[in-house]
Amino acid sequence: MIQVLYFARLREALGRAGEPIDAAGLTEVASLLAKLRERGGVWEEALGEGQTFLVAVNQEIATPETTLRDGDEVAFFPPVTGG
Amino acid sequence: MFSVSVQPEPFDIAAEQARLCAGNPGVGALVSFVGLMRDHNDGQAVTRMRLEHYPAMTEKALGAIVQEARARWDLLGVRIVHRVGELKPGDPIVMVAVTSSHRGEAFRACEFLIDYLKTRAPFWKKETTAQGERWVDARETDAAAQARWRR
Repeated sequence: MIQVLYFARLREALGRAGEPIDAAGLTEVASLLAKLRERGGVWEEALGEGQTFLVAVNQEIATPETTLRDGDEVAFFPPVTGG
Repeated sequence: MFSVSVQPEPFDIAAEQARLCAGNPGVGALVSFVGLMRDHNDGQAVTRMRLEHYPAMTEKALGAIVQEARARWDLLGVRIVHRVGELKPGDPIVMVAVTSSHRGEAFRACEFLIDYLKTRAPFWKKETTAQGERWVDARETDAAAQARWRR
């Protein structure tokens, strides 16, 4: 399983803070993203091509090419606004 | 001492500074930056703010930023404290304090640390105005401030 987390504006738009997703066939971040977008509706909208958001794998900033392994934690979130 | 904390409680600026210098007579410079919550943003009055973060990642990201600063400058100590949860105007949100032998290193490292924190640490602000709640948008100027340090 991949533990997927959503934060801030994304959490509100998607209506959940996180979920486990079957790791089968998910080789890198891009394939997970494609799977989420296939859900359509708010998923396609909030995680769509034109949207600006960041992704972290195991708490480190990642890219669409970052490799995924079973048990990884993947987080999607908007650009950060701390400080 | 090099340490970072993320906490809902207010922090004591003077006590944090004293702790950073304690027991190290080699410290010749202490530079602190404290970010406060403004009562206005993007042309509107702001009455309250809530800071959300990604607990598992926040301290890790701050620790990595501190390591980056240590690799660039000769520092004696760094203390970063960032609040989360409910805040009101005038509340300190973040403190970045740096000690070194001489002021130049401490000044530069302090500015570098806050510039990196603002673009890399997973915090998000949601503010309350007379019109309701809104998420604060990331600023282009913050990205530009961080980009100055690239090498």
